[in-house]
Amino acid sequence: MIEFHDKSIIELYVNGDLKTVAARPADTLLFILRESLGLTGTKNSCGNGDCNSCTVLLDGWPVKSCLMLAVEAVGHEITTIEGLQDVPMQKAFVEKSAIQCGYCTPGMIINSHALTTIYPDASDEIIEEWLESNICRCTGYKEICEAVKSVINM
Amino acid sequence: MITFDFDYYRPDTIEEAINVYKKITGQEKKAIYYAGGTEIVSMSRVNQLSFDSVIDIKAIPECNVIETKDDKLIIGSAVCLTRICDFGGYPLLGAVCRRIAEHTARDMITLGGNILGKIQYKEAILPLLLTDSKVTVAGTAGKSEKPIDRIFNEKPLLNAGELLVNIIIDKKYINNPYSHSKKTKQEKIDYPLVTIASVKNDDEIRIGFSGLCVYPFRLDIIFGNIDNTNPESEINNILNRVPAPIVNDILGSAEYREFVTRNLLIDLFNYYGGMN
Ligand SMILES: Cc1cc2nc3c(=O)[nH]c(=O)nc-3n(C[C@H](O)[C@H](O)[C@H](O)COP(=O)(O)OP(=O)(O)OC[C@H]3O[C@@H](n4cnc5c(N)ncnc54)[C@H](O)[C@@H]3O)c2cc1C
Ligand code: FES
Ligand code: FES
Repeated sequence: MIEFHDKSIIELYVNGDLKTVAARPADTLLFILRESLGLTGTKNSCGNGDCNSCTVLLDGWPVKSCLMLAVEAVGHEITTIEGLQDVPMQKAFVEKSAIQCGYCTPGMIINSHALTTIYPDASDEIIEEWLESNICRCTGYKEICEAVKSVINM
Repeated sequence: MITFDFDYYRPDTIEEAINVYKKITGQEKKAIYYAGGTEIVSMSRVNQLSFDSVIDIKAIPECNVIETKDDKLIIGSAVCLTRICDFGGYPLLGAVCRRIAEHTARDMITLGGNILGKIQYKEAILPLLLTDSKVTVAGTAGKSEKPIDRIFNEKPLLNAGELLVNIIIDKKYINNPYSHSKKTKQEKIDYPLVTIASVKNDDEIRIGFSGLCVYPFRLDIIFGNIDNTNPESEINNILNRVPAPIVNDILGSAEYREFVTRNLLIDLFNYYGGMN
């Protein structure tokens, strides 16, 4: 049985590297990624599970890091936006101008990257279902959908 | 940021989970089982919950299984809603889960957490109530199988320390005709104003409601007895049997919820071909 009491040293497997960090069991994964590991690409917005700007991948699946404890991620592979190195989705967002202020963009890209990895032939219905999770207050979703579809059609 | 401190345990077996719960509470401390954690983290953040320890059940194999075995569909309590939708073993449950929250939240929200959480809607319980599902519960006295209404009837009924292990659905209902409709105030993704799920079983239609009252519930009607010439009176009969006051809150007034429910029931009767 894994157990953590008080503030202790935990090991997190982030973007392919094992990171050692001090965390309270009550610390969210979002807090530890940003404040202890300096991975500020993952954004904090609502802090309440509503917007998806804090999305990271846990064993390849999108999760809201604001609703997950850092200790919960011990033993799992975490991928943040910094861990995506020139994946097609990043290029597609630039090429399709799917960005305005950019605040939602890391969450959008990481969710869209997971979508096209898990469903390389995703239908429009699946794309819509996945993108509904991410709130963007600047762009229309048209360019974002086009970016996702351009990766699917590659 | 959660401002209070607590301990974290991740047991590998049911026995470890039950024993650690017993050990913590034996020290006059409060422990809670932790599944998807979405409700626990969001409520703790605003100090609506307090506890000394969480016991994360996601590493317990029995809580993570989703399989068909003989004539049963077995779903572990810690299986997330996305997995249930993707597994596709029970179309009505998939349809209901697919409209709970949104995709990334569904990667985290578990079936057990939806049923046993504090948030009143518990939409995923509707298909389970309609099929007389059973559950496996573990406690200090071991494991036992019970009808679902022994762990939820107006409110969660588990005793302190009891762990919901899995939900067992009889496959005889799984391919029956069904319907599902969720109406929200405005946005597609929101808590329900009213959600109605139904299953036709021979001459009977079992209807589950969420959002109408402060807890989800089931009502049955005998379809053959419905007077097609007087739909209003049939709907009044159903609404007269609603077991608690209709919710009146910021999502919708009681009058509006009743109006929406009436229309959903007309759709439902039309769908099953019983009303002109
Ligand atoms: C963004 C968002 C949107 C939502 N939208 C909807 C919606 O549209 N419809 C709807 O019905 N609900 C909705 N919910 C509510 C959600 O389904 C519940 O909050 C549910 O509790 C979350 O499940 P969880 O696995 O994260 O539970 P947790 O937070 O882990 O636990 C919730 C409670 O259940 C208890 N518990 C969990 N599993 C067990 C078990 N196996 N045995 C004993 N006790 C257990 C825990 O101790 C705790 O008290 C939404 C929640 C969020 C965060
Ligand atoms: S910051 Fe996590 S969902 Fe908004
Ligand atoms: S680009 Fe500004 S919030 Fe999406």
